[in-house]
Amino acid sequence: MMNITSGPPDPHPHAVRAEALTVVRGPRTVLRGLGFTVPRGRITGLLGPSGCGKSTLMRAITGTQAKVGGTLEILGLPAGHATLRSRIGYVTQAPSVYDDLTVRQNLEYFAAVLDPGRAAAERRRDHVGRAIADVDLTAHADALAGNLSGGQRSRVSLAVALLGAPELLVLDEPTVGLDPVLRRDLWNLFHHIADTRGATLLVSSHVMDEAERCHRLLLMREGEILADDTPEALRSRTGADTVEAAFLHLVDEAVAAGRAKETAR
Amino acid sequence: MTTTTAPTAPRALSAARTTATAARVLRQLRHDPRTIALMLLVPCLMLILLRYVFDGSPHTFDTIGASLLGVFPLITMFLVTSIATLRERTSGTLERLLAMPLGKGDLIAGYALAFGALAIVQSALATGLALWLLGLDVTGSAWLLLLVALLDALLGTALGLFVSAFAASEFQAVQFMPAVIFPQLLLCGLFTPRPDMHPALEAISDVLPMSYAVDAMNEVLRHTDVTTTFVRDVLIVAGCALLVLGLGAVTLRRRTP
Repeated sequence: MMNITSGPPDPHPHAVRAEALTVVRGPRTVLRGLGFTVPRGRITGLLGPSGCGKSTLMRAITGTQAKVGGTLEILGLPAGHATLRSRIGYVTQAPSVYDDLTVRQNLEYFAAVLDPGRAAAERRRDHVGRAIADVDLTAHADALAGNLSGGQRSRVSLAVALLGAPELLVLDEPTVGLDPVLRRDLWNLFHHIADTRGATLLVSSHVMDEAERCHRLLLMREGEILADDTPEALRSRTGADTVEAAFLHLVDEAVAAGRAKETAR
Repeated sequence: MTTTTAPTAPRALSAARTTATAARVLRQLRHDPRTIALMLLVPCLMLILLRYVFDGSPHTFDTIGASLLGVFPLITMFLVTSIATLRERTSGTLERLLAMPLGKGDLIAGYALAFGALAIVQSALATGLALWLLGLDVTGSAWLLLLVALLDALLGTALGLFVSAFAASEFQAVQFMPAVIFPQLLLCGLFTPRPDMHPALEAISDVLPMSYAVDAMNEVLRHTDVTTTFVRDVLIVAGCALLVLGLGAVTLRRRTP
């Protein structure tokens, strides 16, 4: 059930493949020798406490982070490759849209960057309309982004990332500050995108109950990957009822292991 | 995979992406009519003020007025561009755009195009007002005044774009105005002819682009036809604008620490 739907053999079965991935920011090593893969066409959750390096990892994947060491392959190409820019949709934690443009004007501009030229005008209009409908903002399409609520603005930012049907969606805390109904709707949308458009989603969150909605989980702590598994496997491995309990169990284990190493010295 | 657009490497400069960027910048401004009004009306009001400050000596108004027609667009465009690009950097839209298939040249040319268009309107209003209502006495063609004003605006856009990379906040960006523009204003020959300055200051003024903008305006003021000095001055201003635009492109980094 967890296998990727069968098809012709893909030379690059992983959407993301990292080996000995290290990122240095200023004096600090934020990511320390990470090795993991993100399967295609699935939703992978990236979970961990604030400041553990989730955003830095996402920036490395989208090619916006400097000083990235080790191997990082995205869709079979080195991260930051020019052709990847139209194949990845990226939503930063803070909504990055123009406050002095309407929702539709924002999307029209980013659509023109992705798919320029007068010949593509009709296709762009369709994409813009669909993206606005996807995030349920059709009623606010002609409102200035600056006049929207925080949750609405972050959905505009998400709509921009959905333009042009990207193969990989990198979403940094997309459900922060949203009410439970909207959060449920967005997670349904993420599943819809993965199921019908075959896109890969990498979604970060520090809300552990969202982990249950992912196909796979990467648990991070202090710049290292604590676990890389399915939610069910994590729970059964640690004997916990919830992913949150499993995570806490793994953290305690890691802390204990660290202490043991220190006392052995 | 369901992709509707073929993944191709973006070219350095794409006309469609550049015009889309320029249209976007103008759309942003359209939602801010007060800024447009300030940009267009303040230079006109300053000229009217100046005209009546020199009420008793119309000749002084001719020299200073013509020079100011070149200085206004530079200052306004510098301010507007440095704040606009700083906002683009701090709002995260710059990072988003650079993670998309947008060339750095597209972004810079888009800004230059949008603010250039605005500068044409501003300069046309100010020049028209000065020549026909305030009686500015110019020997050469009004079109040449307009050409210099447009190049000055481009230089202002370029400088604003460049310094915004070194400003972390709007406070700092505004402080770059006195730092970058005022020395040029003092040394450009507006207050006293450049050969009358201390030789050291004259040498500095020789390498500042605004000096050539003001010189070019003075050429139009005194000569009926296009002089070689005018051509040289105009080329220097245009060259400086392009050089600084290029430097501005270097400050845009796809990967940031």
